[in-house]
Amino acid sequence: MVPERIEREIVIKAPREIVWSVITEPEHVGRWFSDSAAIDLRPGGALILTWDEHGPVYWRVERIDPPRFVSFHWLRGGHDPGDLELSEGNSTLVEFSLAEEGQGTRLRVVESGFGGLTGSEEENAKDAEEHRRGWELELDELRDYVSTHVVGSGRP
Amino acid sequence: MSRRGGDVDELWAAVADPTRRRLLDVLLAQGEATATTLARELPVTRQAVAKHLAVLDRAGLVESGRRGREVRYVVRPQGLDLAARSMASVAARWDQRLMAIKEIAESVARTEPTKVQKEVSR
Repeated sequence: MVPERIEREIVIKAPREIVWSVITEPEHVGRWFSDSAAIDLRPGGALILTWDEHGPVYWRVERIDPPRFVSFHWLRGGHDPGDLELSEGNSTLVEFSLAEEGQGTRLRVVESGFGGLTGSEEENAKDAEEHRRGWELELDELRDYVSTHVVGSGRP
Repeated sequence: MSRRGGDVDELWAAVADPTRRRLLDVLLAQGEATATTLARELPVTRQAVAKHLAVLDRAGLVESGRRGREVRYVVRPQGLDLAARSMASVAARWDQRLMAIKEIAESVARTEPTKVQKEVSR
């Protein structure tokens, strides 16, 4: 079946403090995630992660324990400032864990909560368009991938 | 483009719901089922099952056939495969991001290790 959570990790040849700064400081996040970033790094603090082409997505700091752990709610509602409010079922949770390993750092990321994203079945049908907007960013590349690899590959 | 199974967004919305995921599992195990038999396996009403099935049907994850008075459902493997691939694509994006984090961190460590360490440990 389809996994409910995504777990990935990587070993980095850099001290944990440096990896921490890359994950949490706007000038770095604006390179590995979006095109630019504004970050209020404290519990409940907002992250505004902006792509030049697509506009912003919003995260909120859930928990922070430098330089070992930080987690964020990735708000999936849309791209208006009003969508910055966290509510039931409108976010996935992204957790970064940093462990020292020799001279380097083992970085693990877990994204979960896909299952909690949608509301009732009525809401699903009714808000199909709204939902579509929410996923647009994430699905941009997927769309290309699917049209190349799946739709074109022998579907009747 | 055909609506059925053609819309990845709808597909993802369909599998994101825990009840529907459970429903798909049961349907996979049973091979073929009606809303009534599925409702026996799940803590929801037959009406709720029917609505979930309609969402899954629209997303191309199940297909239905009428047999007499009954509507029977089966899982569409192509739809499931697509859903699994879409999650795999999210995972692949994290792999890309982690690679980017690694590159940035290692280049910072090479160029200015002491400065950054001091800054962060305050």
